[in-house]
Amino acid sequence: MSRELEFEAGVEPERYELTALLRYCFEVDRREFFKFLGTGLLIVCVWKDAYGMQESGSDRGTRLQSLPAEIAAWLHIGEDGAVTAYTGKVEVGQNIRTSLSQAVAEELHVPISKVQMVMGDTKQTPYDRGTFGSRTTPEMNLQLRKVASAARDVLVGIAASQWQVDRNRLLVGDGKITDSANERSVEYAALVKGNQLTGTVPAEDPLIPATHWKVAGRSLPKIDGLDFVTGKHRYPSDQKLPEMLYGKVLRPPAFGATLSSLDTHKADKLPGAIVVHDGNFVGVAAPSAEIASRALAAVHAEWKSVPQISNKELFEYLKQNEESGESGGLVPPGSLARSDSSGSAFRYEAGSVEKALASADHRLQQTYTVSYIAHVPLEPRAALAQWSDDNLTVWTGTQRPFGVRAELAEAFRMSEERVRVLMPDTGSAYGGKHTGETAIEAARLARAAKRPVKLMWTREEEFTWAYFRPAGVLEVSSGIRNDGTILAWDFHNYNSGAMGIRTFYEIENQRIQFHVTRSPLRQGSYRALAATANHFARESHIDELAHLVKMDPLGFRLKNLKNERLRAVFEAAAKKFAWGQNKPAGHGFGMGGGFEKGGNVATFAEVAVDRSTGDVKVVRMVTAFECGAIVNPDGLLNQIEGANIMGLGGALFEAIDFSDGRILNGRLSDYRVPRFSDVPALQTVLLDRKDIPSAGAGESSMVGVAPAIANAIFDATGIRLRSLPLVPNGLKIS
Amino acid sequence: MATTRQLNVNGRVYTTDADPEAILLFVLRDHLDLTGTKYGCGEGQCGACTVLIDGKARRSCITRLADVAQRQITTIEGLAKGDQLHPLQQAFLDEAAMQCAYCTSGMIMSAVSLLSTRQDLSAAEIRRSMEGNVCRCGTYPRIVSAIQKAAEVMRESRP
Repeated sequence: MSRELEFEAGVEPERYELTALLRYCFEVDRREFFKFLGTGLLIVCVWKDAYGMQESGSDRGTRLQSLPAEIAAWLHIGEDGAVTAYTGKVEVGQNIRTSLSQAVAEELHVPISKVQMVMGDTKQTPYDRGTFGSRTTPEMNLQLRKVASAARDVLVGIAASQWQVDRNRLLVGDGKITDSANERSVEYAALVKGNQLTGTVPAEDPLIPATHWKVAGRSLPKIDGLDFVTGKHRYPSDQKLPEMLYGKVLRPPAFGATLSSLDTHKADKLPGAIVVHDGNFVGVAAPSAEIASRALAAVHAEWKSVPQISNKELFEYLKQNEESGESGGLVPPGSLARSDSSGSAFRYEAGSVEKALASADHRLQQTYTVSYIAHVPLEPRAALAQWSDDNLTVWTGTQRPFGVRAELAEAFRMSEERVRVLMPDTGSAYGGKHTGETAIEAARLARAAKRPVKLMWTREEEFTWAYFRPAGVLEVSSGIRNDGTILAWDFHNYNSGAMGIRTFYEIENQRIQFHVTRSPLRQGSYRALAATANHFARESHIDELAHLVKMDPLGFRLKNLKNERLRAVFEAAAKKFAWGQNKPAGHGFGMGGGFEKGGNVATFAEVAVDRSTGDVKVVRMVTAFECGAIVNPDGLLNQIEGANIMGLGGALFEAIDFSDGRILNGRLSDYRVPRFSDVPALQTVLLDRKDIPSAGAGESSMVGVAPAIANAIFDATGIRLRSLPLVPNGLKIS
Repeated sequence: MATTRQLNVNGRVYTTDADPEAILLFVLRDHLDLTGTKYGCGEGQCGACTVLIDGKARRSCITRLADVAQRQITTIEGLAKGDQLHPLQQAFLDEAAMQCAYCTSGMIMSAVSLLSTRQDLSAAEIRRSMEGNVCRCGTYPRIVSAIQKAAEVMRESRP
């Protein structure tokens, strides 16, 4: 069972993570590297498996003479001893600039202050599919440790040959190599000076085990935190160029509306304003944001729109609009029909659900739903675009700089070599910044204006014209014996996604299926993706089964759970939470947990329900989390606390309200996000498994929140809530 | 011909030709290049744009330039004295009270205003007072700790 679970977690990108295939392309070859970086030592790291290069196009590597195509990262040590690591990953608040620097400093034995990370720049960094799926820690952290370790080996080799001594007696530390027998030492800088040294990472390179980590494994603060508390850091929306204009885009009144007439003559007269009309695209660029706004307001447009459904009809719509031919077909029991990145269905079957249901002492059939929700990154999408001699450079906040480069190349019918995308550390994303529409819009305006153009989406645009976490309908049917053994599990998810859909409980007879349906709203990736919906349905249903056979929900879970890592987090959280203790009147306890993307989580919640007002308050949450060897304990705590709080919003009150192609609550005064007063007392138990490779944590730590709260509300009131959000308008107690 | 006016920001006098009806946030960011103050919602709901007007927290995204012409404006860029960070800036670093940090300047400026009158606030009072500031990454508990820590430092350094 556990082997299969890891297989599921490690291999497959979620359908909604990826929207388009990308082309593989490099900017520089080895000689150009040194021209570009200066002399020194260069180590290039190659992906060992297909995962990292899954999206590469058929022409990958054809432009390269000396570099292998499947490059993960590279590292350069300059003549001044400066260590620079290059990765296509990007920083959106998960603090990987810090944790990746720790990895490099650890293996290279240099102070972390000597390490600089260059991230998410399509001209300078290796190709990367994108920063999503919690892959940075399990993959990029490991790759950078490998390049740094290989660099250290090369440097030791040079020192050994210069001194004519056995390399095994040399010591490495603090950016120096020391030969203690002869009382001499040499700095890395001196070893690389004037040279063009290269090396690749050997196939089997021993890394420092987690038990011996000195820099990794520690709670180092955000590496450039000073720039953030002083306002110096320049986010994408803070970028500026000389002669820059400010852009605005005219939005249709509804999704799918087409332009039927346009009058721009008033807008054209405003000083310096340039109006661009291209198909359905209408935008303006002007010397100031104020003039751009005035010009946009002066544009007169008429649109033709088509009738569309509202959220009241959503779940019925999803059930009725399954896309035919994509249901995965029949597969032999015990085998998997896997989805691919283009978004086909998932189906798993084992044993006979029908026979097991027939022989069960109790049967339970329930339907759960989840709403569309918005990411609400505090920095709305922004891009600054500049054309120069038919080359395009765009600074933008995206989790997929290379993906956005491909989108730009396609939109402007140009080759990717002429497009450069840079990603300054961005004001959060949560899966919401995979696409490049802002970059394309800014570039279209800049091309017409023949000057750089910056476009900052408003909050309303961010709410409306980005994409949402998929809504879903989840149908669960189960059979159980009086002794609490689950016999049958029939689980169907319509639309929300396949991530985390498999059950980790030991059940002999299973049918698990993800059904692809049409979506009335544009949907895409979101932190933890469908794992939130699938865990909500599964862990709610498990709680219902426990109550059905009058068993303690913790004991019931442990009875049906063999996976040791999962048992460990449930037991650790239960202990910290003091599960089973007496609770005040009106309070309830609940739990939810699971396994996702290499992380094991159990969340326990205590809620207080005011029966007179219907107010539901989450009083405290305890989370136990284990994701292998911990790279940065406080960074991990920060991610888990944040995931708990963000998860609270989707669990309790966040939902997109829509009708007829319009978003009805697309602003912060209408769409409620968690605030200071919503935050319960949080306690986190970290289980550090130094014997297990590090996995990511930003997403998986979220999945237990909604079911823990729903189960606690049931415990407090006897009311079973099966829709997320649970209590957008308080609890109705009859 | 546009008229120019003076604006007192961070103890410096700036001259701008921005329209008196212009929104202070965009004047600071676009005209004065003080981009530490952030746009988050444009309707005073998230606090990312918070600045001090005569020492009091105000949402610059709903403040007209004309309303602050004669006032002292402080932004995040004006908080430190040379290399000496304000106790709140230091406390946010010490408590790792940020992830993407896009809310951080607004959080710090709101907290500066809050602590300017009282430094003995309970955690519950801090949470209540900071309710108008959003951190979507969810670092709220750390922000409360940072404000408490800064309050302590400020109490101790009071003459």
